[in-house]
Amino acid sequence: MALHFELVTPARLVRSEDVHMVVVPGAEGEFGVLDGHAPFMSTIRDGALKVYKTENGAPEEIQVQGGFAEVSASGLTVLAEQVEG
Amino acid sequence: MASLKELKGRINSVKSTQKITKAKQMVAAAKLRKAQSAAEAARPYAERLAEVMASLAAKVSGDDAPKLLAGNGNDQKHLLVVVNTDKGLCGGLNANLVKAAKAKARELMAAGKTVEFYLVGKKGRAPIKRDYEKQIAAQFDTSNVRTPGFEEAEAISAELIEMFESAKFDVAHLVYPIFQSALAQDPTVQQLIPVPAPASAADTGAVVEYEPGEEEILAELLPRYVKTQLFGALLEREASEQGASMTAMDNATRNAGDLISKLTIQYNRSRQAAITTELVEIIAGAEAL
Repeated sequence: MALHFELVTPARLVRSEDVHMVVVPGAEGEFGVLDGHAPFMSTIRDGALKVYKTENGAPEEIQVQGGFAEVSASGLTVLAEQVEG
Repeated sequence: MASLKELKGRINSVKSTQKITKAKQMVAAAKLRKAQSAAEAARPYAERLAEVMASLAAKVSGDDAPKLLAGNGNDQKHLLVVVNTDKGLCGGLNANLVKAAKAKARELMAAGKTVEFYLVGKKGRAPIKRDYEKQIAAQFDTSNVRTPGFEEAEAISAELIEMFESAKFDVAHLVYPIFQSALAQDPTVQQLIPVPAPASAADTGAVVEYEPGEEEILAELLPRYVKTQLFGALLEREASEQGASMTAMDNATRNAGDLISKLTIQYNRSRQAAITTELVEIIAGAEAL
Protein backbone atom coordinates (compact mmCIF):
# COMPACT_ATOMS: atom_id res chain seq x y z
CA MET A 1 0.00 0.00 0.00
CA ALA A 2 2.21 2.76 -1.18
CA LEU A 3 1.53 5.77 -3.29
CA HIS A 4 3.99 6.57 -6.02
CA PHE A 5 4.79 10.25 -5.70
CA GLU A 6 6.69 12.36 -8.22
CA LEU A 7 7.61 16.01 -7.88
CA VAL A 8 8.90 17.60 -11.05
CA THR A 9 10.14 21.10 -11.80
CA PRO A 10 11.28 22.45 -15.16
CA ALA A 11 14.88 22.11 -14.07
CA ARG A 12 14.82 18.57 -12.67
CA LEU A 13 12.98 15.64 -11.23
CA VAL A 14 12.97 16.48 -7.53
CA ARG A 15 11.34 13.39 -6.03
CA SER A 16 10.31 10.03 -7.26
CA GLU A 17 9.50 7.69 -4.42
CA ASP A 18 6.84 5.60 -2.72
CA VAL A 19 5.14 7.27 0.21
CA HIS A 20 2.11 6.73 2.37
CA MET A 21 0.20 9.95 1.79
CA VAL A 22 0.70 13.41 0.35
CA VAL A 23 -1.36 16.47 1.23
CA VAL A 24 -1.46 18.86 -1.69
CA PRO A 25 -2.41 22.57 -1.43
CA GLY A 26 -5.02 22.60 -4.21
CA ALA A 27 -6.46 25.80 -5.63
CA GLU A 28 -9.80 25.04 -4.01
CA GLY A 29 -8.52 23.60 -0.79
CA GLU A 30 -6.04 21.07 0.46
CA PHE A 31 -6.53 17.47 -0.42
CA GLY A 32 -4.81 14.34 0.72
CA VAL A 33 -3.87 11.62 -1.72
CA LEU A 34 -3.58 8.02 -0.64
CA ASP A 35 -2.96 4.97 -2.75
CA GLY A 36 -5.98 4.12 -4.89
CA HIS A 37 -7.25 7.68 -5.18
CA ALA A 38 -9.65 8.32 -8.05
CA PRO A 39 -8.18 10.06 -11.11
CA PHE A 40 -8.07 13.73 -10.32
CA MET A 41 -6.46 16.89 -11.54
CA SER A 42 -6.13 20.22 -9.84
CA THR A 43 -4.14 23.39 -10.05
CA ILE A 44 -2.21 24.22 -6.91
CA ARG A 45 -1.64 27.42 -5.05
CA ASP A 46 1.65 28.42 -3.45
CA GLY A 47 2.06 26.46 -0.26
CA ALA A 48 3.52 23.41 1.34
CA LEU A 49 3.23 19.84 0.17
CA LYS A 50 3.06 17.54 3.16
CA VAL A 51 4.65 14.20 2.50
CA TYR A 52 3.86 11.41 4.96
CA LYS A 53 6.40 8.65 4.44
CA THR A 54 4.72 6.37 6.96
CA GLU A 55 1.27 6.34 8.45
CA ASN A 56 2.18 7.77 11.82
CA GLY A 57 5.37 9.62 11.01
CA ALA A 58 5.75 13.36 11.02
CA PRO A 59 5.14 14.97 7.61
CA GLU A 60 7.94 16.41 5.55
CA GLU A 61 7.04 19.79 4.12
CA ILE A 62 8.11 20.96 0.69
CA GLN A 63 7.31 24.50 -0.38
CA VAL A 64 6.04 24.69 -3.95
CA GLN A 65 4.98 27.53 -6.19
CA GLY A 66 2.65 27.43 -9.14
CA GLY A 67 1.73 24.34 -11.02
CA PHE A 68 -0.71 21.50 -10.81
CA ALA A 69 -1.18 18.03 -9.48
CA GLU A 70 -2.35 15.00 -11.32
CA VAL A 71 -3.55 11.77 -9.78
CA SER A 72 -3.73 8.80 -12.08
CA ALA A 73 -3.58 5.06 -11.73
CA SER A 74 0.20 5.25 -11.65
CA GLY A 75 0.29 7.65 -8.72
CA LEU A 76 0.54 11.32 -7.94
CA THR A 77 2.52 13.71 -10.10
CA VAL A 78 3.05 17.27 -8.98
CA LEU A 79 4.37 19.64 -11.63
CA ALA A 80 5.60 22.72 -9.82
CA GLU A 81 7.28 25.76 -11.23
CA GLN A 82 9.48 26.27 -8.22
CA VAL A 83 10.43 24.11 -5.27
CA GLU A 84 12.19 25.17 -2.13
CA GLY A 85 14.34 22.85 -0.15
CA MET B 1 61.75 34.18 -49.18
CA ALA B 2 60.83 35.35 -45.72
CA SER B 3 63.70 35.95 -43.36
CA LEU B 4 64.35 33.68 -40.42
CA LYS B 5 63.12 36.27 -37.96
CA GLU B 6 59.86 36.75 -39.81
CA LEU B 7 59.25 33.02 -39.93
CA LYS B 8 59.91 32.69 -36.24
CA GLY B 9 57.44 35.47 -35.55
CA ARG B 10 54.77 33.76 -37.60
CA ILE B 11 55.32 30.43 -35.89
CA ASN B 12 54.95 32.08 -32.52
CA SER B 13 51.77 33.88 -33.47
CA VAL B 14 50.17 30.69 -34.81
CA LYS B 15 51.23 28.92 -31.64
CA SER B 16 49.48 31.44 -29.43
CA THR B 17 46.37 31.23 -31.60
CA GLN B 18 46.46 27.48 -31.13
CA LYS B 19 46.66 27.92 -27.39
CA ILE B 20 43.53 30.04 -27.43
CA THR B 21 41.52 27.67 -29.60
CA LYS B 22 42.63 24.73 -27.51
CA ALA B 23 41.57 26.43 -24.30
CA LYS B 24 38.20 27.35 -25.81
CA GLN B 25 37.75 23.76 -26.94
CA MET B 26 38.38 22.40 -23.46
CA VAL B 27 36.07 24.95 -21.88
CA ALA B 28 33.36 24.04 -24.36
CA ALA B 29 33.82 20.33 -23.67
CA ALA B 30 33.40 20.88 -19.95
CA LYS B 31 30.38 23.14 -20.41
CA LEU B 32 28.84 20.76 -22.91
CA ARG B 33 28.56 18.03 -20.32
CA LYS B 34 26.77 20.39 -17.97
CA ALA B 35 24.46 21.77 -20.63
CA GLN B 36 23.61 18.28 -21.81
CA SER B 37 22.67 17.07 -18.37
CA ALA B 38 20.58 20.20 -17.84
CA ALA B 39 18.73 19.49 -21.05
CA GLU B 40 18.15 15.92 -19.95
CA ALA B 41 16.97 16.96 -16.49
CA ALA B 42 14.34 19.19 -18.04
CA ARG B 43 12.84 16.43 -20.12
CA PRO B 44 10.56 14.77 -17.50
CA TYR B 45 8.69 18.01 -16.87
CA ALA B 46 8.15 18.67 -20.56
CA GLU B 47 6.98 15.10 -21.13
CA ARG B 48 4.51 15.10 -18.26
CA LEU B 49 3.19 18.47 -19.29
CA ALA B 50 2.70 17.30 -22.86
CA GLU B 51 0.82 14.22 -21.61
CA VAL B 52 -1.50 16.28 -19.45
CA MET B 53 -2.00 18.77 -22.26
CA ALA B 54 -2.91 16.02 -24.66
CA SER B 55 -5.52 14.52 -22.38
CA LEU B 56 -7.02 17.93 -21.61
CA ALA B 57 -6.96 19.32 -25.13
CA ALA B 58 -8.93 16.33 -26.32
CA LYS B 59 -11.68 17.15 -23.83
CA VAL B 60 -11.83 20.89 -24.30
CA SER B 61 -12.38 21.69 -27.92
CA GLY B 62 -14.74 23.63 -30.08
CA ASP B 63 -15.80 27.17 -29.40
CA ASP B 64 -14.90 27.43 -25.76
CA ALA B 65 -11.29 26.40 -26.33
CA PRO B 66 -8.89 29.12 -25.19
CA LYS B 67 -7.34 31.33 -27.84
CA LEU B 68 -3.87 30.01 -27.17
CA LEU B 69 -5.01 26.59 -28.30
CA ALA B 70 -7.48 27.40 -31.06
CA GLY B 71 -5.85 30.57 -32.41
CA ASN B 72 -7.62 33.85 -32.94
CA GLY B 73 -9.17 32.82 -36.22
CA ASN B 74 -6.63 34.57 -38.43
CA ASP B 75 -3.59 33.30 -40.23
CA GLN B 76 -2.13 36.47 -41.63
CA LYS B 77 0.56 37.81 -39.33
CA HIS B 78 3.36 35.40 -38.53
CA LEU B 79 6.05 35.85 -35.96
CA LEU B 80 9.33 33.96 -36.12
CA VAL B 81 10.98 33.53 -32.75
CA VAL B 82 14.62 32.86 -33.59
CA VAL B 83 16.82 31.54 -30.82
CA ASN B 84 20.48 32.31 -31.52
CA THR B 85 23.53 32.18 -29.31
CA ASP B 86 25.12 35.19 -27.68
CA LYS B 87 28.70 34.27 -28.43
CA GLY B 88 30.49 33.34 -31.59
CA LEU B 89 33.30 30.83 -32.09
CA CYS B 90 30.79 28.07 -32.64
CA GLY B 91 31.19 27.25 -36.31
CA GLY B 92 28.20 27.39 -38.57
CA LEU B 93 25.57 27.08 -35.87
CA ASN B 94 24.20 30.61 -36.06
CA ALA B 95 24.53 30.79 -39.82
CA ASN B 96 22.46 27.63 -40.12
CA LEU B 97 19.80 28.96 -37.77
CA VAL B 98 19.53 32.21 -39.66
CA LYS B 99 19.35 30.30 -42.93
CA ALA B 100 16.47 28.18 -41.62
CA ALA B 101 14.66 31.27 -40.33
CA LYS B 102 15.06 33.09 -43.63
CA ALA B 103 13.88 30.09 -45.59
CA LYS B 104 10.75 29.92 -43.45
CA ALA B 105 10.22 33.66 -43.83
CA ARG B 106 10.49 33.45 -47.61
CA GLU B 107 8.07 30.54 -47.68
CA LEU B 108 5.53 32.44 -45.60
CA MET B 109 5.94 35.62 -47.60
CA ALA B 110 5.51 33.74 -50.84
CA ALA B 111 2.17 32.59 -49.45
CA GLY B 112 1.22 36.24 -48.95
CA LYS B 113 1.65 36.44 -45.18
CA THR B 114 3.34 39.18 -43.26
CA VAL B 115 6.37 38.05 -41.30
CA GLU B 116 8.03 39.59 -38.29
CA PHE B 117 10.96 38.47 -36.20
CA TYR B 118 11.47 38.16 -32.49
CA LEU B 119 15.15 37.60 -31.83
CA VAL B 120 16.59 35.86 -28.82
CA GLY B 121 20.35 36.06 -28.47
CA LYS B 122 22.87 38.42 -30.01
CA LYS B 123 24.27 36.56 -32.96
CA GLY B 124 21.13 36.50 -35.05
CA ARG B 125 20.63 40.23 -35.06
CA ALA B 126 23.09 41.37 -37.68
CA PRO B 127 22.41 38.80 -40.42
CA ILE B 128 18.63 39.08 -40.09
CA LYS B 129 18.75 42.83 -39.93
CA ARG B 130 20.61 42.86 -43.22
CA ASP B 131 17.65 41.39 -45.09
CA TYR B 132 14.62 42.24 -42.98
CA GLU B 133 15.49 45.38 -41.12
CA LYS B 134 11.93 46.69 -40.81
CA GLN B 135 10.46 43.40 -39.75
CA ILE B 136 12.24 42.91 -36.46
CA ALA B 137 9.46 43.28 -33.90
CA ALA B 138 11.45 42.83 -30.73
CA GLN B 139 14.64 41.41 -29.29
CA PHE B 140 15.39 39.64 -26.09
CA ASP B 141 18.82 39.87 -24.58
CA THR B 142 20.15 36.80 -22.82
CA SER B 143 23.77 37.89 -22.77
CA ASN B 144 23.67 39.39 -19.29
CA VAL B 145 23.07 36.08 -17.52
CA ARG B 146 25.54 33.23 -17.48
CA THR B 147 23.16 30.40 -18.19
CA PRO B 148 19.70 31.36 -19.35
CA GLY B 149 17.17 29.56 -17.21
CA PHE B 150 13.52 29.41 -16.46
CA GLU B 151 13.24 33.09 -15.58
CA GLU B 152 14.32 34.08 -19.06
CA ALA B 153 11.90 31.62 -20.59
CA GLU B 154 9.20 33.10 -18.39
CA ALA B 155 10.00 36.65 -19.47
CA ILE B 156 10.03 35.71 -23.16
CA SER B 157 6.77 33.81 -22.99
CA ALA B 158 5.08 36.59 -21.03
CA GLU B 159 6.07 39.06 -23.72
CA LEU B 160 4.97 36.74 -26.53
CA ILE B 161 1.61 36.03 -24.96
CA GLU B 162 1.02 39.72 -24.42
CA MET B 163 1.85 40.39 -28.05
CA PHE B 164 -0.51 37.61 -29.05
CA GLU B 165 -3.33 38.98 -26.95
CA SER B 166 -2.93 42.47 -28.35
CA ALA B 167 -3.15 40.85 -31.80
CA LYS B 168 0.34 41.81 -32.90
CA PHE B 169 0.61 38.40 -34.54
CA ASP B 170 -1.60 35.42 -35.26
CA VAL B 171 0.85 32.55 -35.45
CA ALA B 172 4.29 32.21 -33.86
CA HIS B 173 6.97 29.80 -34.93
CA LEU B 174 9.99 28.90 -32.89
CA VAL B 175 13.32 28.47 -34.67
CA TYR B 176 15.96 26.79 -32.55
CA PRO B 177 18.74 24.22 -32.80
CA ILE B 178 18.14 20.67 -31.65
CA PHE B 179 21.26 19.14 -30.20
CA GLN B 180 21.94 15.77 -31.82
CA SER B 181 25.63 15.43 -31.09
CA ALA B 182 28.72 17.58 -30.93
CA LEU B 183 28.87 17.29 -34.72
CA ALA B 184 25.25 17.88 -35.61
CA GLN B 185 22.83 20.52 -34.40
CA ASP B 186 19.76 20.70 -36.58
CA PRO B 187 17.92 23.99 -36.84
CA THR B 188 14.24 23.25 -36.31
CA VAL B 189 11.11 25.25 -37.01
CA GLN B 190 8.16 24.51 -34.79
CA GLN B 191 4.81 26.14 -34.27
CA LEU B 192 4.61 27.75 -30.85
CA ILE B 193 1.37 29.76 -30.73
CA PRO B 194 -1.38 28.69 -31.10
CA VAL B 195 -0.23 25.58 -29.33
CA PRO B 196 -0.43 22.73 -31.80
CA ALA B 197 -2.92 20.17 -30.55
CA PRO B 198 -0.79 17.31 -29.29
CA ALA B 199 -1.49 13.82 -30.46
CA SER B 200 -4.13 12.69 -28.04
CA ALA B 201 -2.91 10.35 -25.37
CA ALA B 202 -4.27 6.89 -25.05
CA ASP B 203 -7.59 7.25 -23.30
CA THR B 204 -7.40 5.30 -20.10
CA GLY B 205 -11.17 5.33 -19.84
CA ALA B 206 -10.95 6.58 -16.29
CA VAL B 207 -13.20 9.45 -15.35
CA VAL B 208 -10.95 12.25 -14.22
CA GLU B 209 -12.23 14.90 -11.91
CA TYR B 210 -11.05 18.42 -12.44
CA GLU B 211 -10.65 21.14 -9.92
CA PRO B 212 -11.52 23.94 -10.76
CA GLY B 213 -12.93 23.16 -14.25
CA GLU B 214 -11.28 21.74 -17.34
CA GLU B 215 -11.22 25.11 -19.07
CA GLU B 216 -9.65 26.84 -16.10
CA ILE B 217 -6.92 24.26 -15.84
CA LEU B 218 -6.27 24.40 -19.55
CA ALA B 219 -6.16 28.19 -19.46
CA GLU B 220 -3.48 28.00 -16.82
CA LEU B 221 -1.67 25.20 -18.50
CA LEU B 222 -1.22 26.71 -21.94
CA PRO B 223 1.05 29.61 -20.92
CA ARG B 224 3.02 27.12 -18.91
CA TYR B 225 3.37 24.93 -21.95
CA VAL B 226 4.64 27.83 -24.05
CA LYS B 227 7.08 28.65 -21.28
CA THR B 228 8.33 25.10 -21.14
CA GLN B 229 8.83 25.02 -24.90
CA LEU B 230 10.93 28.17 -24.71
CA PHE B 231 12.86 26.84 -21.76
CA GLY B 232 13.59 23.67 -23.71
CA ALA B 233 14.73 25.74 -26.68
CA LEU B 234 17.10 27.74 -24.48
CA LEU B 235 18.59 24.57 -23.05
CA GLU B 236 18.99 23.03 -26.49
CA ARG B 237 20.63 26.21 -27.66
CA GLU B 238 23.07 26.07 -24.79
CA ALA B 239 24.03 22.47 -25.50
CA SER B 240 24.24 23.12 -29.25
CA GLU B 241 26.43 26.15 -28.75
CA GLN B 242 28.91 24.25 -26.65
CA GLY B 243 28.86 21.24 -28.96
CA ALA B 244 29.38 23.32 -32.09
CA SER B 245 32.04 25.34 -30.37
CA MET B 246 33.90 22.23 -29.31
CA THR B 247 33.94 20.86 -32.87
CA ALA B 248 34.88 24.17 -34.45
CA MET B 249 37.69 24.76 -31.98
CA ASP B 250 38.95 21.22 -32.40
CA ASN B 251 39.25 21.85 -36.13
CA ALA B 252 40.93 25.18 -35.56
CA THR B 253 43.45 23.63 -33.20
CA ARG B 254 44.28 20.93 -35.71
CA ASN B 255 44.65 23.44 -38.54
CA ALA B 256 46.96 25.54 -36.42
CA GLY B 257 49.05 22.43 -35.72
CA ASP B 258 49.34 21.72 -39.45
CA LEU B 259 50.33 25.28 -40.12
CA ILE B 260 52.94 25.21 -37.38
CA SER B 261 54.62 22.08 -38.72
CA LYS B 262 54.64 23.52 -42.24
CA LEU B 263 56.18 26.74 -41.04
CA THR B 264 58.71 24.89 -38.92
CA ILE B 265 59.91 22.89 -41.91
CA GLN B 266 60.23 26.07 -43.90
CA TYR B 267 62.12 27.69 -41.05
CA ASN B 268 64.56 24.80 -40.75
CA ARG B 269 65.16 24.70 -44.49
CA SER B 270 66.00 28.37 -44.71
CA ARG B 271 68.22 28.11 -41.64
CA GLN B 272 70.16 25.26 -43.28
CA ALA B 273 70.35 27.15 -46.53
CA ALA B 274 71.83 30.11 -44.67
CA ILE B 275 74.42 27.89 -42.98
CA THR B 276 75.38 26.25 -46.26
CA THR B 277 75.84 29.60 -47.97
CA GLU B 278 78.02 30.77 -45.13
CA LEU B 279 80.19 27.65 -45.30
CA VAL B 280 80.59 27.90 -49.06
CA GLU B 281 81.70 31.50 -48.63
CA ILE B 282 84.29 30.58 -46.01
CA ILE B 283 85.68 27.67 -48.04
CA ALA B 284 85.84 29.77 -51.18
CA GLY B 285 87.65 32.46 -49.22
CA ALA B 286 90.17 29.95 -47.83
CA GLU B 287 90.85 28.50 -51.27
CA ALA B 288 91.52 31.90 -52.75
CA LEU B 289 94.39 32.47 -50.32
